[in-house]
Amino acid sequence: MSEDVLIEARDLSVHYPLRGNNLFGPKPVVKAVESINLDIGKGSFFGLVGESGSGKTTLGKALLKAAPITRGTVAYDDGEAKFDLTKLSTKELNEYRKRAQLIFQDPYAALSPRMTVRDIIAEPLEVMGLTSTREETDERVREIAEKCRLNLEHLRRFPHAFSGGQRQRISIARALVSNPQFVVADESVAALDVSIQADVLNLLKEIQQEMGLTFLFISHDLSVVAHICDHVAVMYLGRLVETAPTRELFANPRHPYTKALLSAIPSLDPDDTKQAQKLEGEIPSPTNQPSGCKFHTRCPFVKDICRSNEPVLQHSSGGHEVACHRWEELMTP
Amino acid sequence: MTRLLDVENLTLQFDTDEGRITAVDNVSFNLEAGEVMGLVGESGSGKSVTAKSVMKLNPSNAIYGDQTKITLHLDSGPVDIMSLKTSNDLQVVRGGAISMIFQEPMASFAPAISIGNQMVEQLQIHSDMNTKQATQLSIEMLDRVGISDASTRFKQFAFELSGGMRQRAMIAMALSTKPKLLIADEPTTALDVTIQAQVIDLMKDLVKDFGMGIVFITHDLGVIAQTADKVAVMYLGRLVEQGAVRDVIRNPSHPYTKGLIAALPSLDDLDTPLTPIPGDIPSPLERPPGCVFNTRCSSIVGAQCSSVVPEFSNVTDNHQVACHIYDEGASK
Repeated sequence: MSEDVLIEARDLSVHYPLRGNNLFGPKPVVKAVESINLDIGKGSFFGLVGESGSGKTTLGKALLKAAPITRGTVAYDDGEAKFDLTKLSTKELNEYRKRAQLIFQDPYAALSPRMTVRDIIAEPLEVMGLTSTREETDERVREIAEKCRLNLEHLRRFPHAFSGGQRQRISIARALVSNPQFVVADESVAALDVSIQADVLNLLKEIQQEMGLTFLFISHDLSVVAHICDHVAVMYLGRLVETAPTRELFANPRHPYTKALLSAIPSLDPDDTKQAQKLEGEIPSPTNQPSGCKFHTRCPFVKDICRSNEPVLQHSSGGHEVACHRWEELMTP
Repeated sequence: MTRLLDVENLTLQFDTDEGRITAVDNVSFNLEAGEVMGLVGESGSGKSVTAKSVMKLNPSNAIYGDQTKITLHLDSGPVDIMSLKTSNDLQVVRGGAISMIFQEPMASFAPAISIGNQMVEQLQIHSDMNTKQATQLSIEMLDRVGISDASTRFKQFAFELSGGMRQRAMIAMALSTKPKLLIADEPTTALDVTIQAQVIDLMKDLVKDFGMGIVFITHDLGVIAQTADKVAVMYLGRLVEQGAVRDVIRNPSHPYTKGLIAALPSLDDLDTPLTPIPGDIPSPLERPPGCVFNTRCSSIVGAQCSSVVPEFSNVTDNHQVACHIYDEGASK
């Protein structure tokens, strides 16, 4: 594992069992995440995009050891501590929890209505035993609240008194209070209005740079990802189909799925009626996956090989990795 | 073009435990047949209640202002919506002349009744079709909105359909009664971008074919730019800017509209940091006096901003803005 990599996933798969028993055959499973190889660099803002049902949340959870890892390995190394996520003892898992945290999507559901903001933010410190006295806890809470641009006066109030943007800042403070190294932000701005969304994104970026954190930013909104992330991975039906540094990905998308996602973003220009590739149909059900390339049922460039052989991620120029049989042909018009 | 809808001086208040709140304040707009109007604003700006007022679909604690006048122009003559009191009177417009598509299609279908039976039921309420005719029309409509194998889907339940499919079924159901006016409340917000693009294309086609008017509520200006002919921007219950979609998006004139556009992450420019609108939308219980946007505005002209409600002035003939910057005699 190289020096500047924080998380290294190899052949990572998450399968969930399905109900119903096949007496003589293999048990039916949903392959939510399948054979993923992924390196997340230290201090990077790593974006993960895809439609709903593509497995991005499950992958995020697996990297936090919050989803069962069926196959493969995930290694974590921040220089001070090393973990092998497939072989964690309870004690190690508790240690890992201090270093890896999650920010949820819906700030209305994530905060207990019966706790004051101070108690919400202090809870992780108390549960993890990071502070020994109440004064120490209070000081740590004030420090992180200030970083997240919350007033000290806010700490005495209950969550119902806050707007969506403020609540999301409280959730961020709670996730960061244990001083984690790795934070998974799962659709953390999807529930916010654009005017507030910009504010929360700026805050996340600021905190990331100041505290030297590594973020995994899960989102379905490509324009948000383009603005905040330095590296992006695109998922489809549990597989990675393309990864690249952000600018490279948006300037030269290679996988037909990435191209289609980009062209589906509605343009602000009313006269821009780009009829680029519009995708037909919907993402197939993960319980009944197509053979070969998982995208072949919707791909406009499908050929026989796509239906039979599953492409693997290949390195190409510009730090690009792409899983498509035909990307090279498709680059030359 | 023929006029379809006139909304004049719509004011709407709600009696709540915490006091009387003003949700919509003196809003006027109109819509021609075959026209798509986008209604944009943050959550809490009153866009949904404004649209629902058109068929008086607000809860019983709603109080409409005395000056409020909503007229729907049908082939049989104008209908004064405010004079319709009982739900029997309102049947004519609700689901008949006016249909509505909601944001969350899972929550809008009854879970224990098949999609088909729900479509047939509403067709029989609004027309004198028999079950066979209604079934046939419903299956035709499902097919029309791009649902493959429509006769099988007709018998299925909402949970058996994917998100995009449910929204299509919702659109099919809303259009089967051939409404004159369609109110679409965030119809694509819960969908993935690829599915959103499909639904937008579908709605554009349907406007052409059916020639109805659409009020399209959304907070996504990109969606508005691609679908609407004209746009109205709301903030805290007031219209702050309205006009033809090209004029408003290319030349936003109200500081709020400018802020909304600046806050949008654009794919063409990744270097400029995002600029949020400072602060939060105030609670409707504490509406600021004067211009409702004055607590967050970065272009305050003077004392009039926090004391006088700005009037609409013309930017061009097709574009109006309510802001003191454009008062006569004021320096631009």
